[in-house]
Amino acid sequence: MQIKRNMTVTKFIIFVVLNTAFLTGNAFADNTILVQSTTSTKNSGLYDHILPLVKQDTGVTVNIVAVGTGAAIKNAMNCDGDVLLVHSRKREDQFVASGYSKKRYDVMYNDFIIVGPNDDPAGIAKMNDAVAALKKIAATKSKFASRGDDSGTHGKERSLWKRTGVNQDASSGSWYLETGSSMGATLNTAVGTEAYTLSDRSSWEVHANKSDFKIMVQGDKRLFNPYGVMLIDPVRCPSVNSNGGKAFIDWLISEKGQKAIARFKVAGKQMFYPNAQ
Amino acid sequence: MSIYSDSLAAAFGLLATADSDLMEILYLSINVSLLSLVLSCAIGLPIGAILAIRQFHGRDTLVGIFNALMGLPPVVVGLLVYLHLSRSGPFGWLGLLYTPQAMVIAQMILITPIIIALSCQVLEDMHEGYKDFFDSLVVPKRTALVAYIIDARYSLMTVILAGFGRAVSEVGAVIIVGGNIDHLTRVMTTAIALETSKGELELALALGFVLLSISLAVNFLAQWLKASAKRRAYV
Repeated sequence: MQIKRNMTVTKFIIFVVLNTAFLTGNAFADNTILVQSTTSTKNSGLYDHILPLVKQDTGVTVNIVAVGTGAAIKNAMNCDGDVLLVHSRKREDQFVASGYSKKRYDVMYNDFIIVGPNDDPAGIAKMNDAVAALKKIAATKSKFASRGDDSGTHGKERSLWKRTGVNQDASSGSWYLETGSSMGATLNTAVGTEAYTLSDRSSWEVHANKSDFKIMVQGDKRLFNPYGVMLIDPVRCPSVNSNGGKAFIDWLISEKGQKAIARFKVAGKQMFYPNAQ
Repeated sequence: MSIYSDSLAAAFGLLATADSDLMEILYLSINVSLLSLVLSCAIGLPIGAILAIRQFHGRDTLVGIFNALMGLPPVVVGLLVYLHLSRSGPFGWLGLLYTPQAMVIAQMILITPIIIALSCQVLEDMHEGYKDFFDSLVVPKRTALVAYIIDARYSLMTVILAGFGRAVSEVGAVIIVGGNIDHLTRVMTTAIALETSKGELELALALGFVLLSISLAVNFLAQWLKASAKRRAYV
């Protein structure tokens, strides 16, 4: 009995200590929401630009978890978050169709690009046909670094390979390198191994470790990169802060929010183009 | 290699100006690691002591298990804690995922086996050396244990330092359960991972130097405590 009571006391102490030690970090207050998002939007600095404005206009504090689109969607399906902001149109529609959210809203878009080393072993510089460029990379067995992490960018890359008819997976480990990592880590790998890679424009622009890498391919319609935002269904996930989430989404698609997104620049260049309906 | 000098300079710059973002991250890193260390010691040291001086059925198996758990991969611990604390998991109702508390839980799971296994080994060695002597004097086990702890205090301090080192340096677990959220759950190691992924390699390495200097400072402090305690003992 004595031991049992001691155990309860210990558990109680642990609980109290755990919960009092971080009074400052009260993550789940009423006016706080958690957004499951992609690394591209986070690393670009977009959130640093707009979140203070969101706070000012709506009073909502927004916390961002930045992971790949695949992971973000899975976390959202586990109810770990209030809002989902990602870039993989097909899977976003699936997310809504499966009842995890009532509606998807367009927010903004930019585009994907293929970057590569300056000496361009595949000879794809200044091309604007992404599929033809990938075919040349495969034909010359030039190295290509793939995200390989089920992210939105990875999905786009795979859909492009599909159109080439090349079975790139058969060369995984030789010239086709699957990093299984974030965009930034994959860019580091590409730079380190002189490999081409597909990146969203904002991740590339903010990436500091560019070495002699340049944008090789851009301007293909198939490289369109739209971002969508969804409130995680509060019926399915009762923990969702729907007032806070709604306020954040309404702000993003409002004229003010859209203008703020358009105003965000990296090195003088606009990174995201608003397209809310 | 100018990357070292540049990064070192950047590290000094960050520390010298007491960069507010860095201070916040550093504070959380130390806070989380120290709290998980204190709790792990509260659980681990008594268990280690019991395993060291009591003989019971299955005792060797338990020791073997705790020794093996010292090699727990942080990313696996992170995943397990995530699955339990997720809103769809058994403890989702606590709402602890993506909080510093979740990070403390993950680190406790990582370092408690280290505290148990190493303290058990230290005290077991003491026990083997003194057992016959204490038994001949009919010293109660509890009194003997107190003597062991006092005698082995510096070795036990090294055990605790090993636990702290593991806690403050791991990234795999805290990045999954904390989410690396700015101003909420970002610690030194997740900040280093983030800067690396942004290609800011110099800044990432500078943060690495800061983290290393924290570890050094803690260990020097421990050394100094030991040295001054010894001096006092011989006066």
